[in-house]
Amino acid sequence: MNRIDRCFEGLRATGGKALIPFITAGDPDFATTRELAWAFEGAGADLLELGVPFSDPLADGTTIQRASQRALENGATLKGVIGVVEQIRARSQIPVALMSYINPILRMGPREFAMRASDAGVDGIIIPDLPPEEAHEVQSCCAASAIYTIFLAAPTSTEARLRRIVESSRGYIYYVSVKGVTGARDALQTDLELSLSRVRRLTDKPIAVGFGISTPAQVSQVAGFVDGVIVGSAIVERIERGMGKPGMVGEVAGFISTLKQAIQ
Amino acid sequence: MTWSFPDRQGHFGRYGGQYVPETLMATLEDLERVYLEAKQDAAFQAELDYYLHKYAGRPTPLYFAQRLTEKLSGAKIYLKREDLCHTGAHKINNTLGQVLLTRRMGKQRVIAETGAGQHGVATATAAALFGLECEIYMGTEDMQRQALNVFRMRLLGAKVTPVDAGSRTLKDAINEAMRDWVTHVDDTHYVLGSALGAHPFPMMVRDFQSVIGQEARAEILEMEGRLPDVLLACVGGGSNAIGLFYPFIEDSSVRMVGVEAGGLGIESGKHAARFAAGEPGVLHGTLSYILQDGDGQIQATHSVSAGLDYPGVGPEHTYLREIGRAAYVWVTDQEALEGFALLSAQEGIIPALECAHAVAYATKLAPEIGPHGILLINLSGRGDKDVELVAKMVEP
Repeated sequence: MNRIDRCFEGLRATGGKALIPFITAGDPDFATTRELAWAFEGAGADLLELGVPFSDPLADGTTIQRASQRALENGATLKGVIGVVEQIRARSQIPVALMSYINPILRMGPREFAMRASDAGVDGIIIPDLPPEEAHEVQSCCAASAIYTIFLAAPTSTEARLRRIVESSRGYIYYVSVKGVTGARDALQTDLELSLSRVRRLTDKPIAVGFGISTPAQVSQVAGFVDGVIVGSAIVERIERGMGKPGMVGEVAGFISTLKQAIQ
Repeated sequence: MTWSFPDRQGHFGRYGGQYVPETLMATLEDLERVYLEAKQDAAFQAELDYYLHKYAGRPTPLYFAQRLTEKLSGAKIYLKREDLCHTGAHKINNTLGQVLLTRRMGKQRVIAETGAGQHGVATATAAALFGLECEIYMGTEDMQRQALNVFRMRLLGAKVTPVDAGSRTLKDAINEAMRDWVTHVDDTHYVLGSALGAHPFPMMVRDFQSVIGQEARAEILEMEGRLPDVLLACVGGGSNAIGLFYPFIEDSSVRMVGVEAGGLGIESGKHAARFAAGEPGVLHGTLSYILQDGDGQIQATHSVSAGLDYPGVGPEHTYLREIGRAAYVWVTDQEALEGFALLSAQEGIIPALECAHAVAYATKLAPEIGPHGILLINLSGRGDKDVELVAKMVEP
């Protein structure tokens, strides 16, 4: 059974919601990514999203752009990210989804990618610039290697598109809470619950919400009507601020604990 | 015409497509629908024709470059004078079309990326003409080398937003424009300036630019009584080239040649010759040839010409090359500068550094074609914007 399914089934049985931190892998180096992953699991993270750095991250705001830049400057590659998942697996069975733009995957070859990722213990893949229309090859390669393909749904998605996204997604559906790029925002969309209900009506698959969720209060608010909450830039910002200082991993893990309390 | 590309999903063979965040997909569907309706709407076409004629100055002349022909002692050389369009380049053909579409969609704001500044100026111009709010994204490196165009855009009422990320050129300006679009998708249209990006942009930009080839075809038939042997155009994203090529695609006797920016030479790694050193990949919403490293990261490019300084190329060019219908070559910065000087001195026409690449390649091609042949070059823009830069390079 895929670790993602096991995670959401376990939470559903107890009425819990998944806390899903996102970090850019290799920011600033892979050793730190590995330490953060382990610390996050200890702090109550239910699932981990690892960003694969890309030179032209057009769906990302400035925080994750900077993180990608740092990682690339230190030599991070898709191969390296898959390698760090293998290292994480030495001590942890937390479900891991990679989030990568399509080009590094095409460059490696979708089949090669799926096999390597599966061997390393990756559970799912999220590709922000790959709508279902263009995903046929990636989907079939991933399916053959038991990697879940998680598609994004947006407030602008039409009913017909939502149906296709819901059908194509495995593991969970990534609902983008705002029109825009990743990054912390002061307030959530006021109609988030309503717009999300359009997806809920179509599926029983877990729905996780991301983009712009940064505070414990926002996490607690959103947790009321979804299966999982994704927090990215707010965590990456803390990593950036603590970089080079002793105790950074512990401090960021402390923030994860705070988010975990908020979600419960 | 039986050339039926792109297909309904926006593919040219395996290239093209829609590789964009989900937030934009519904908007792209809307844009395609509105565009296809407008294409069939005689009133829309009449309005576009009116502005192309009365405002942009079309049709542009096809000019026989007699002294250049004599100098190169080869094929007869004709220049399609897009440099005479209002704003000084072919870009206005597309921005007038897209701004009219923006009005048709009821949107009040346009955004655009620009490299050399020509597309930014053309967008700002069309926005001013119709009273739309306009914001242009431009890399800080390009703002430095094209300072005059920055001032022109501001005069035209546009907000010019510097992009200081990555290589600070066209590629990064497109990233930032797409981030803006994804955030303001309800009230904003992204006037993409080249035949790239997600479907329907490569098709739509090609169609708006194909007025170049339609006119050139009629003009050469009138002047020479036959079709040219070779079409020659520079290729950055590829909008001026596809605009010239498209109406000739089914004329199998007409060779089509695109000229890329060879920068300091392919071996230096400092160039923008996608077909010489690139591989298939996805950048900015489309699958095409891109300059990338072994891990799929986009590589930095270099060209003396800001408008050709881009790591990707329009997907229809990639398909034309794959099926052998068009060929793509490159010339260096130095050769382009020589082409720039040559056309200025021989014909009294200062070309933009972009199409100076095509002029430079003509010096090799014209003798090869021979005196009985006809070579038609798309002179896509004028060089006023480049004079200061060239002056600094030749008289440091």
